[in-house]
Formats: sequence, C-alpha cells, structure tokens
Amino acid sequence: MQTPFWNKEIETAERAVLQKIQLERLRETILWALKTPFYQKQLREARISSPDNIRSLSDLRKIPFTTKDDLRLNFPKGLLAVDMKDVVRIHSSSGTTGIPTVIYYSKEDIDNWSDLMARCIFATGATRADIFQNMMTYGMFTGGLGLHYGAERVGMAVIPIGGGNTKRQIKTMKDFCTTILHVTPSYLLHIHSKLDEAEVKREELVLKKAFIGAEPHSEDFRKKIEHIWHIDAYNSYGLSELNGPGVAFECAYKKDMHLWEDAYIVEIINPETGQPVKDGQPGEVVLTNLIRRATPMIRYRTRDLAFLHPEPCPCGRTHRRLSRILGRTDDMLIINGINVFPSQIEEVVMRIPEVATNYVIQVEKKGALDHLTVKVEIYPKLFLGEPAQLDRLKARITDELHSAIILHPSVELHEPNSLPVSEGKAKRVIDLRPKE
Amino acid sequence: MKITQISVFLENRKGRLYDVCSLLGKNSINIRALTIAETESFGVLRIVVDKSDLAIDALRKNGFVANLTDVVAIEVGDRPGGLAEVLKIFADNDVNVEYMYGFVEKFSDNALLVFRFEDVEKAQKILTEKGIKIVTRKEIEGL
Repeated sequence: MQTPFWNKEIETAERAVLQKIQLERLRETILWALKTPFYQKQLREARISSPDNIRSLSDLRKIPFTTKDDLRLNFPKGLLAVDMKDVVRIHSSSGTTGIPTVIYYSKEDIDNWSDLMARCIFATGATRADIFQNMMTYGMFTGGLGLHYGAERVGMAVIPIGGGNTKRQIKTMKDFCTTILHVTPSYLLHIHSKLDEAEVKREELVLKKAFIGAEPHSEDFRKKIEHIWHIDAYNSYGLSELNGPGVAFECAYKKDMHLWEDAYIVEIINPETGQPVKDGQPGEVVLTNLIRRATPMIRYRTRDLAFLHPEPCPCGRTHRRLSRILGRTDDMLIINGINVFPSQIEEVVMRIPEVATNYVIQVEKKGALDHLTVKVEIYPKLFLGEPAQLDRLKARITDELHSAIILHPSVELHEPNSLPVSEGKAKRVIDLRPKE
Repeated sequence: MKITQISVFLENRKGRLYDVCSLLGKNSINIRALTIAETESFGVLRIVVDKSDLAIDALRKNGFVANLTDVVAIEVGDRPGGLAEVLKIFADNDVNVEYMYGFVEKFSDNALLVFRFEDVEKAQKILTEKGIKIVTRKEIEGL
C-alpha cells in the first residue's frame, strides 16, 4: 500500500524537525498578523508586539482564540494583511446566517495551498494518469477550486463540472472514463440511485476512487459508499477559514486524515474551558495557519469535534492523523436534556441494510417535552412486499437508536428519494422547537 | 396455478395512491383486484393487474418500491356460505391463509378471490383435489 510521496522530506520529517519548522513559521505568521487591525488588538492583549515574544510553541497558548464571530465583526478587511493589489483570490461564505466572512489569498498562498492539495491527492495513490471529475461546487465555496488546483498540480485531467445535474454527471463519467470523483458523500450515494434512470451500468464506468468531503459522515457511511460503488473513498478535511480542503486527508491506509503539521498547528481543546484535552481525547479542533500571508489565522476555533491519533501511521508519514469529525460544537442537539449528535443517529441508520441513502432528523415540541423523529428511506431491493416486515424494521431501528442515544425516537419509513436531498451539503437536522 | 400480485410501499403522503393508479392508467394497465394494508405511518398496496411485468417495470422506473408475491385466485360460489365452504376446506386440511381480498370483476356467476397462503404449493394441491377452480394467469390477463 506504499504510495509515492509528493514531498518526502517534509511528509516523513522527524517530529522535532516539524516542530522547528512550526516555530519558525509561527514567528513569520505573527509578523504578518501584526499588519492586521484585528490581530494587532489580539496580540496586544497577549503582550506580543513582535515575533521575538514567541520563544517556544507553547507561547502560542498566550494568544486568544479567533472565532467565526471575530471574522464576521471584522468583515471585510479587518484580517487583511497585504495590499489589495497583491490579492489574487477572494473566497467568502454565503452569509446566509448574517454577515458573511471573507478570506483573501495572495499568489503565494494559492501556490502553497495547491501544493498541500497535491500532497493529499498523491497520498491516496492517485497519479497524473487519473481522470478527475470535480463535482464539488465551484465559486465562492473553497471545495471546488481547492481540489481543482491540486489536481492540476498533480497533472491529472480535470473535469470542472461542478455540482448538480445528476444525469449529465453520469454521462460525463462514462464519456471521459473518469477514475476519480470529488463529491459530497450524500451526493455520491444519490448518483448511484440514478444510474438506472440515466441508463448507464456501473460496469460501463471505470471509477476507482472518490474524495469525499464537505459533510461530516460516519465510517459506516463510507463503507456503504465503497460497497455499492466498488471504489475506495477517502475522507478529507478543511474549511475556508484555513484555506479550504487540504488541511487533512486520508492516505492509502484510510485510517483517518494526516494533518499537514508543517502548514498548520493543531490543538484539541475542551470547548467549555478552552484548555487542551489529554492526548488522543476528543475535543474542539483549533487551527493556526502557518503558510498564509494575505489572511493570517491564529488559533481559529473550528467548532468541529475530533481527536488526534498519537501513534504513527504505517504509510511512513509523520504528520499526525485527525479522526473523522464526530460532530460540531454547535450541532449538538439537546433533547429532553440529553446531548445527541446527529452523527450518532447516522451511525445507527447506516448500518441497517434495509435503509437507503437518505435520512432526516426532526425535533419538535409536544406539550412540555421534546420529541425526536428519525425519517429514513427504505432500500427498494430489500422490500419483500409485506407490511409485517416493515413493522419489524421500524421496531429494530427504534431499538438500535434507543441503545445509541437513550431517547425513544419515532421512526418513519419513507420511499427512496422522497426525503429532501440537496445536491450539495445535505440538510439533515430540522429543529422545529420554538427558539427561546 | 399461481398468479402474480404486486405490492407497493406507500409512505403516508397525500396523493401517493393516486400517483400509482395514474401511472398504471397511463401505461394502459388494468387493475383486477386491490387491497391496502395500512399501519399508522405507511401502507402497502396490493394489486393484481392484467399486465404484471409491464406494471412492475413502470413502477420501479418511476421510483416506487414494489415487489412481486405469488398468490392464488379462486372462484367461490357467490351466495350465502360460498366463502365459508372454501375456508372450511382450508381449515380441515391445515392450510393457513395469510390474507385474502376480492376481485373487482368476475367472469362467471362465481365470485373471484385472491388468497395469499403460507404454503402455496400445499394450498394448490388441496384445491385441485377438491375440485375448486383456480384462475389462470391467462384468464386474469383476458378479464
């Protein structure tokens, strides 16, 4: 399973060497951060007025966290560290939740990001001989362009098709002999259910791999994808505040994602106290970007919950692996006082073979109590025609959910493709409770 | 002589039954017998149609969850006690009926009924022995 390295020296560097690189780059990052109004204030609070105040990596902890709200409050230019004429790209969140956030990239930033992406792609065993169909949305969202640049850097043939239009996606996969997809996991499942309609058989496609991201998903969800498509699916992690995709990516061993520690400093903290958790324990991922000039980012609270594997990976890369995202600090539901993460529900739903590709979690108030409903789609090939079978299935899902999350949900069975599927990020949680 | 029943999963959503029937109508498929098994949150529509292969293809192509089940259609005297006579044969011979329902039409003075048996082979053997008329697939198609 040994795959070639894109940059062997860095990817297999001793931990001590990596830490030396981190310290040097953190100092440079401080220098750039001091050019922005926002970090001038943050660093002043930490009594840091020059890179010389950072003597060791632990000095990083003196600096306050940066949050999404900070980015909103300092929109549009509070974190810009270079002259606008040196900016070559702007990515911005859509701002559906209020004020948008923005990240600026210099030419060098884009170059560094593309190189990290190439590293990720190489680690999966992909080569320049591959045909890469990028189904991720292009535009202001970083997912599309990030992988696009990385794939071109590797030298693959890139099909910049973007998201949506399932029939055309399938036809394109066939026409150009696509070997690798970049896609959200829920959309990849959706496409499979449309093969018949597009009158294309799986055997007519030469698909080998998929890079799946932009949506948290469980290991069982990945296995389901790999099983129905007969491909290898690789998890990826990134967020636009830290460039976009390419922060962490799975290697050919597919045992969680190498986080490139020469480019990012990762901390795992207790989201309530802000203190670091013990090695290997789950907590909120906090990231510092070490290689971006136009928008420096120091101790950014991602609100993603995950843990780091302390032990090395057999692939030889020394950069630690980040677990899949266990949940979000802000998507945890509190239902009748019990903490529930949508990922726990997904895990149960996905291991039941009679359940198809889509599910919805709905919470509402019934009298004084919260009521949880889990809606699932049934898998057509396993329907035997008898209502008794479906009643047993419902009871089984209810029981398994009860053991996973303590609560007793109502389970609803739906027809395939009847629950809302978005062709981008799936909206799976509907909270109808009145806001306090 | 088994015939084919089509079972269609129907989620609890307005117009879903209409969707099935209108799809069959568009494909010139005639429903011969029909029943709905319902629970509080979903239903299963059971139908016998004149062109079952065409029907199942059309349903699946249009995203319905549908499956085929073997059932037996028999003629029963359309008079008081007619059904009871047949059911007595089943009871006496230990033939278990899972469910049954009636046809929309008939082609003689007898009533037509669909039976789903626990053991179809055994049921057919007993029916033949007792001289009860089992309706053939051809007859259903020609109704």
